[in-house]
Amino acid sequence: MRCRPLDSQTLAIPPTHSESGHEHSPHLHHHFASVDQQREASNFGMWLFLLTEIMFFGGMFTAYLIYRNWYYPAFVAGSHWMIIWAGTLNTVVLICSSFTMAMGVYSAETRNRKALLRYLTATLLLGFVFLGIKAFEWHNEWVEHHVPGLNFSIHDFTHVDPRYPDDKPLSPDMAEKTQTYFSLYFLLTGVHALHMLIGVSILFFLIFNAWRGAYTTGHMTFIENFGLYWHFVDIVWIFLFPLLYLISRHQ
Amino acid sequence: MSEELDEPTHHAHTVVHPKVYALVFGALLFLTALTTGVSYVELGVFNAVVALAIAVIKGSLVVLFFMHMRYSSKLLKLTICSGFFTLFVLLSLTMTDYISRAWGLW
Repeated sequence: MRCRPLDSQTLAIPPTHSESGHEHSPHLHHHFASVDQQREASNFGMWLFLLTEIMFFGGMFTAYLIYRNWYYPAFVAGSHWMIIWAGTLNTVVLICSSFTMAMGVYSAETRNRKALLRYLTATLLLGFVFLGIKAFEWHNEWVEHHVPGLNFSIHDFTHVDPRYPDDKPLSPDMAEKTQTYFSLYFLLTGVHALHMLIGVSILFFLIFNAWRGAYTTGHMTFIENFGLYWHFVDIVWIFLFPLLYLISRHQ
Repeated sequence: MSEELDEPTHHAHTVVHPKVYALVFGALLFLTALTTGVSYVELGVFNAVVALAIAVIKGSLVVLFFMHMRYSSKLLKLTICSGFFTLFVLLSLTMTDYISRAWGLW
């Protein structure tokens, strides 16, 4: 493409610029020296955003850390009510979706439009499966009266849990603290699910554009950056799962 | 016109082969099964340690290979590390605050 500098650039760029028959990708923005630099800068920016996300979730994890140490018996009791197959399955689902997303990036890099579409669609479907299982779990908490602020009851924690007959029931004081556990549960999984929803929404947009061939002509930075976001959301769940579901299952 | 098509695929970073992704994928699935399985074994205080250690390994695999940190420039590697360092500061300094002043006062 023949470079036609904008007015502001005719001052900054030496006069030979437009006369030299300067050829480059139509996607190159002129404030970058090359496509590689542009891509690197774009990835860098995305990582900076993910760093803010690390701190965002980090704050919530810190709260979890403090309260788990303070009210450990309540956290154990609360965690025993988690549906472990649902949590494990969700972990597997997200790991699969990370794999399909990585393969999607590979497909874009190798300019394979059909493969890209298949992998993006698979990622989308897996995302929906995750959200579906999450909805099932949340509904379950509602039915069992474990939703703080809505219908929370400490009955389950002040009586013997038939699935863990060796566990002593909690005193009413400590049983009240299970609300803290469930509050953190809904906060952490809720914010995580919100990130999943945002990811899934962007995926629709990506699939539509990928179908139109937008990412298989050599300019796939958007797919790359979205992949970073998706993997990050997966990593958050990788930490959430053992912290929420696997607190002393052995007891 | 041919330069236009050449440039975009001339990556500063390498194109990661699907075999790498498949291996990491398999490792992640195995580690998931492991973490769930180990949680049923009585290890006392080490249950939490093992669970977190496995989570860190899984997270590292995702960051290194799926998120391409392994194949990134030094700038990106430094950026990613600084993010986790800052998180570590958040966790540890908050804990020092509580441990030194408010422990047992709940």
